[in-house]
Amino acid sequence: MDAGGSLSTSNQTQPRNPLHEQPLHSRNSRQNLDRFIPNRSAMDFDFAHYMLMEARKGKENPVLSSPSKEAYRKHLAEALNMNRTRILAFKDKPPTVDLMFPETSSCVNQPKSVKPSRNIPQTSERTLDAPGLVDDYYLNLLDWGSSNVLAIALGHTVYLWDATNASTSEVTTIDDENGPITSVSWAPDGGHIAIGLNNSEVQLWDTTANRQLRTLRGGHRSRVGSLEWNNHILTTGGMDGLIINNDVRIRSHIVDTYRGHHREVCGLKWSASGKQLASGGNDNLLYIWDRSMASSNSPTQWLHKLEGHTAAVKAVAWCPFQGNLLASGGGEGDRCIKFWNTHTGACLNSMDTGSQVSALLWSKLERELLSSHGFTQNQLTLWKYPSMVKMAELTGHTSRVLFMAQSPDGCTVASAAGDERLRFWNVFGNPEASKHAPKIIREPFANFNRIR
Amino acid sequence: MGSRTIAKDIITIRGSAAIVSEFFDNLSIMYNRGVYPEESFVKVKKYGLPMLLTQDEGVKSFIANLTAQLSEWLEAGKLQRIVLVIMSKATSEVLERWNFSIETDKEVVEKGVSREKSDKEIMREIQAIMRQIASSITYLPCLDEPCVFDVLAYTDTDLAVPFTWIESDPKLIANPQMVKLHSFDTKIHKVDTLVSYKNDEWDEE
Repeated sequence: MDAGGSLSTSNQTQPRNPLHEQPLHSRNSRQNLDRFIPNRSAMDFDFAHYMLMEARKGKENPVLSSPSKEAYRKHLAEALNMNRTRILAFKDKPPTVDLMFPETSSCVNQPKSVKPSRNIPQTSERTLDAPGLVDDYYLNLLDWGSSNVLAIALGHTVYLWDATNASTSEVTTIDDENGPITSVSWAPDGGHIAIGLNNSEVQLWDTTANRQLRTLRGGHRSRVGSLEWNNHILTTGGMDGLIINNDVRIRSHIVDTYRGHHREVCGLKWSASGKQLASGGNDNLLYIWDRSMASSNSPTQWLHKLEGHTAAVKAVAWCPFQGNLLASGGGEGDRCIKFWNTHTGACLNSMDTGSQVSALLWSKLERELLSSHGFTQNQLTLWKYPSMVKMAELTGHTSRVLFMAQSPDGCTVASAAGDERLRFWNVFGNPEASKHAPKIIREPFANFNRIR
Repeated sequence: MGSRTIAKDIITIRGSAAIVSEFFDNLSIMYNRGVYPEESFVKVKKYGLPMLLTQDEGVKSFIANLTAQLSEWLEAGKLQRIVLVIMSKATSEVLERWNFSIETDKEVVEKGVSREKSDKEIMREIQAIMRQIASSITYLPCLDEPCVFDVLAYTDTDLAVPFTWIESDPKLIANPQMVKLHSFDTKIHKVDTLVSYKNDEWDEE
């Protein structure tokens, strides 16, 4: 290493070739380092020492390690000046915390070595007809509840399709002047559903008793295209650019209003902790709102205003295994999937998918992300995260995919498209395989963000 | 130069030690890597970035004790390296090692001279590291089990071991992946950051 210092002098003694290009390193002749190793100061020489000394010692005489040998080795090491440092640690260890690890159950890398390769079926396992499905990119008309019932709004009517017995029922039909329905969302308990309407109202229905509980009005001035629950808070996003937190238990239900978007809010997702809300809008903006900052009177209520996309942001999905990682997808003019650190607001990665991104879903079992697309292929694409290698392309829809919903077990994905078809894909593994993974403890409302 | 020098930012060993120990005080690795629950952190603005500081009294006092000792060693120029180790709580297997090598300008320690570097510039360097740490979650393996952390201090051997400290093994990771991050330099202490982590066998099928 020290030879680098004398490089400039040695250069003078050597005959130099005129008009010959200088070797690259001579620019930085002070240090004999190349562009691959620009700096050696942070190299872990302890580790190198360990690999040279300790590892070999273990190999040569795994049993024989008498105290005298040990003392000799130590003495030798000291003599050779290998042990110039003393490594110290506090006697009192930092406190450990018993974390509830909800992710432990969803990450299946416990049996590390044995992971059979998964076959991803290329065709949908079931196709249902969805006549009258409104072909509007900015709406959210499909949701799969925790009681394993799929809700879809077709025109003015909300239908339920029970995935356990494939039976169909109808919740309600909205009057012509109030409809069509612009959004549906299951409450975390799976027994209540919120229905957003074109006339700016939101209805709450009890689906077990099949009766309407209440109507939320007075918040928005135009259609409510996105809904998202956070325990007893129903967050609504409207065409007026407003995002409103409604406490459905109390009479004056509007508790917070987030002002930031100036066009229609079309993507809303709460983080698994329920502390941060991601919202995407037709103004090409993605906002991160903090629950605790909602009531503050500062001119900017948001935590981050993320301006990377160049088209409407409808697809937003929080990563189930990294709490502050958010994926977002842009519309027709943007076609990118972007990853954000919501702690700092930094864009971590951006990927041009070549097609409008209408929805994003993370796998609950693997580090994989599913995106749904429009023209030209109207496909669903499964990506490996973080490498973003394409694992599968699922085609079948003949018009742009508008909505996606994930079954409560996380394995099946339903997609609804402009071709008025609802397709079911067994994309995230098969239910049998995931069964022997430890079951998620389902406290009421506790884990609802992942049961979507 | 003569009169200009006064207006410049003079940095002394004390000031430099304070900057470096404050840097360790503010590390948000514990938050980013989910060692402690999200609820136990509060957001503060630091280095021009939103940083998350723990509110847990136990962790707070641990860090306070740690940084107090660190500044003492930094002022004496005895600290060679700080290693933050993240281990599995169940098996004590070392999963990540955040290695901060510290080079001290010996001349400053011995002769008590000062150096010149603006606070702003140092802060900018620290900010770059903080950003890198925050974005490191994209490549670091998922810590999907409860973890504990420990801090190792590499010091000169001529130093008396304080009675609250014990000698420790380096807690190395066998066959690790390493990523070098930015460094910052106060002109007195130069801190190089390197994270090494366990190879993720899971992805190598």
